[in-house]
Amino acid sequence: MTKPRIRKHKSGQLRREIPFYLMLLPALVLLIIYSYLPMAGLVMAFQNFRPILSFANSPFVGLENFRFIIALPTFQRAFRNTAIIAFWRIVTGLSVPLLLAILLNEVRRKWFARVVQTTIFLPFFLSWAVLGGVVREVFSLGGPVNQVIALVGGDPIMFMGNNNWFRAILVSTHTWQSMGINLIIFLAAITNIDVSQYEAADIDGCNKLKQVWHITLPGMLPIIILLSTLAIGQLLNAGFEQVMVLYSPIVYESGDILDTLVYRMGIGQQLFSPAAAIGLFRGLLSLVLVGIAYWSAYKFSDYRIF
Amino acid sequence: METTKTSNRIKTSTSRKIFTWGNTVFLTLVTLLCVSPMLHLLAVSLSTNVYVIGGQVSFWPRGFTTAAYEHLAVQPEFFRAIWISIQRVALGTAINMILVVLVAYPLSKEVKVFRARTIFAWIFAFTMFFGGGLIPLFFVVHHTGIMGTIWALVLPGAINVWHAVMLLNFFRGVPKELEEAAHMDGANHMITLVKVFLPLSLPALATILLFTMVGHWNAWFDGMIFMRSPADFPLSTYLSMLVMQADVTARVMLTPEEIMALAEVDDRTIRIAQIFLGALPIMAVYPFLQRYFVKGIVVGSVKG
Repeated sequence: MTKPRIRKHKSGQLRREIPFYLMLLPALVLLIIYSYLPMAGLVMAFQNFRPILSFANSPFVGLENFRFIIALPTFQRAFRNTAIIAFWRIVTGLSVPLLLAILLNEVRRKWFARVVQTTIFLPFFLSWAVLGGVVREVFSLGGPVNQVIALVGGDPIMFMGNNNWFRAILVSTHTWQSMGINLIIFLAAITNIDVSQYEAADIDGCNKLKQVWHITLPGMLPIIILLSTLAIGQLLNAGFEQVMVLYSPIVYESGDILDTLVYRMGIGQQLFSPAAAIGLFRGLLSLVLVGIAYWSAYKFSDYRIF
Repeated sequence: METTKTSNRIKTSTSRKIFTWGNTVFLTLVTLLCVSPMLHLLAVSLSTNVYVIGGQVSFWPRGFTTAAYEHLAVQPEFFRAIWISIQRVALGTAINMILVVLVAYPLSKEVKVFRARTIFAWIFAFTMFFGGGLIPLFFVVHHTGIMGTIWALVLPGAINVWHAVMLLNFFRGVPKELEEAAHMDGANHMITLVKVFLPLSLPALATILLFTMVGHWNAWFDGMIFMRSPADFPLSTYLSMLVMQADVTARVMLTPEEIMALAEVDDRTIRIAQIFLGALPIMAVYPFLQRYFVKGIVVGSVKG
């Protein structure tokens, strides 16, 4: 019905498309201002930016800012910390929910499974502004964790001010906060596994452990591969908001990451251009990683965003 | 679920019983791990400072007192922050929802219906993968003159491309015949969107609505950098300040006498009470709404 009409006059098609352009317009304006203008503003990474002179009149200094940050020990430290923390966030963030999903699938009482799943999901909905307070309180000197340590006769540990512990705190509390999402995704994948496979295995006398190894895990392999490849894009994401509310100068050595360094240099010390240079460096590297992630996810799992 | 029932009928071995028992205990512990910190916070907020600082409060209040909450009841800053958060959630959610619908509808069309569709889709999608970062955004917000106003909290994040992608995928599932029938009746795109697409997309809209509201309630960092005065902080920003000011070094190597003296002036229980109250609205509505969240996660992330 519509096809011949489209072919008849091209100008008629444009007129029919006008409502689409009008619908997109408000969002497009906001997107240009608050997403694309900041990208253009990254030009300040190549300038000696001064707010009074603005972007137009600040002098260009070439790669000076990049030479400055690469030689900066705090930058090297932040880069290393970011990569280490992000890597372990991915490893535990995938493996812990995977284990929980397999265990939860073995639960026969449905109400119990539902209560467990619902409760595990809860911390995900709380802000790090709140969770920061929770974590600091729980790991404080008089807090529950140290109470348990005292109970078994150990010496109290100042977790939040100890470089040997800080990364472990970050990674474990991030897993604790976010494991609900991946748990739900893994559980959805398990329910898609063909039930008859288990029945056949039962008849063959396969025990539960063997069934998990030979049926459940292979059945979940596609989703495990997909989540792992997509995680490549997160290799420079060490959880800015979480680190912001939990770190302090004592643990910069193990916990300062690129994002917090950008914040302190840019907003705190007003070193705008070097901070923007770090931001651009991190942004470009992330773009490459996300590109690799989506390309692999498309290649191995036929994953597409649209 | 059926599988386990079948296997149960075939054989219930002793090792199976031990596993089921151990599994239940383990999962119960994991579940407790997710709620007990909040119970600890509640216990601390209802305890006397001396016990809290002495590390004697676990999950039950020691020296029960509602002093912290009584103190809060007369603190205007706390209530002002709540009021700003409510305004932010109302305004921000309204703007986000209108925009996500207006973006998702044209982008859900096929290329032969909307020829520039792919170009626009990429213009939106690119912002998911790259951004100018904190410092340039700070100056853009500054230059657009919204610094220190509530607009700085709602406009920069007004377009959530993830939500738009989720909704456009949902729109694509709407039967073509319904849309064509509406057009036949003379309905334009706006009317078709409101009368046909939106009523059929209520589950997706509900999920996006909830995520947007929670997102606005929880956001705190933008308030910290875009609001000029702490008097304009929304609740989450106000709470993040309390959290970050809590000094980890303050209570190392103190004598009991010093601890007692500190207890007189320390506002730790008041701080904890505020953090607990900040988490309360979400914890209160969460059990009733979580199934929408679950649906959204499954639809949004594992669609092929």
